[in-house]
Amino acid sequence: MPASDTAVRAPAPPDTLKILIAGGFGVGKTTLVGSVSEIAPLRTEESLTAAGLDVDDLDGIEEKRTTTVALDFGRITISDDLVLYLFGTPGQQRFWFMWNDLALGALGAVVLVDVRRPKVSFAAIDFFERRRIPFVVAVNGFHGEHPYPVEDIRDALALPEHVPVVLCDARERESCRDVLVVLLDQLIASAERTEARV
Amino acid sequence: MSSRPSAASEVSGGDPAGRLVRPFTLTGGRTRPSRADFTLITTVTAVDPPPAGAARPQPEHLRILRHCARPVAVAELAAHLDLPVSVIVIMLCDLLEAGRITARPPREVSGVPDLELLQKVRDGLARL
Repeated sequence: MPASDTAVRAPAPPDTLKILIAGGFGVGKTTLVGSVSEIAPLRTEESLTAAGLDVDDLDGIEEKRTTTVALDFGRITISDDLVLYLFGTPGQQRFWFMWNDLALGALGAVVLVDVRRPKVSFAAIDFFERRRIPFVVAVNGFHGEHPYPVEDIRDALALPEHVPVVLCDARERESCRDVLVVLLDQLIASAERTEARV
Repeated sequence: MSSRPSAASEVSGGDPAGRLVRPFTLTGGRTRPSRADFTLITTVTAVDPPPAGAARPQPEHLRILRHCARPVAVAELAAHLDLPVSVIVIMLCDLLEAGRITARPPREVSGVPDLELLQKVRDGLARL
């Protein structure tokens, strides 16, 4: 790939990284992305059409044959030469096939859990666990309230000890930043263990 | 580079026959990129000035070139131009082949973790 070219006068392109923001439908993924992103969350869309439907029949049933898979994402410029992207994964479980490809090359993931509906995020936890992709669980309090202690949530989600659980408010920039820092701390600790073994 | 996942596969999951047809009129009916160099966070930059003897680009290609005068990620291009990523990638392949853009793959993160990189990201986040 022509990564450099003498004809290019634009600034050198930065290195890019990505972190996934996962969790069930409606848990606050896009809210979290928007809270820490330096740009308003952007959306890319893919239209998937159910096969075999009558194309001539357009009477208000477009939703039935077309499913729009949307990815919301934001950007955090770490430095002149390093940019981090946050991608909100599609909440609907039937789009699990997208997660595989999205997860490729990701630093790690945040699984957002709605304290009132923890079950909707089980699939995401399971996904990252099975693939050994590092993740943290961030419990998004409804209106920022946290009625349950971390250990109760850890038990309810049957999370192993090595998975950090943090309480957060997806609407608050500092709170979301702290979630990402916990993920990075986990990645750093893991990298140090790897280095120590080498 | 063939091992790199394409942005098209990142979002389509496979079956191009099951898609909406209209955006692919922009790509001459092709539904697969000819190169798999473009992920969602691959950055692309227009080559300026364009290579000598370059053919005049199609209007949609021109729109892309205007949006990547400075380096921009594929996902951002798709969002700004309001086109599916898979369509953008096909046109980026055309532009790459014509020498009109350069593409930079994302930072490799698989394999041995890069402690220095992780620390840099952590420090950057902590400054937010």
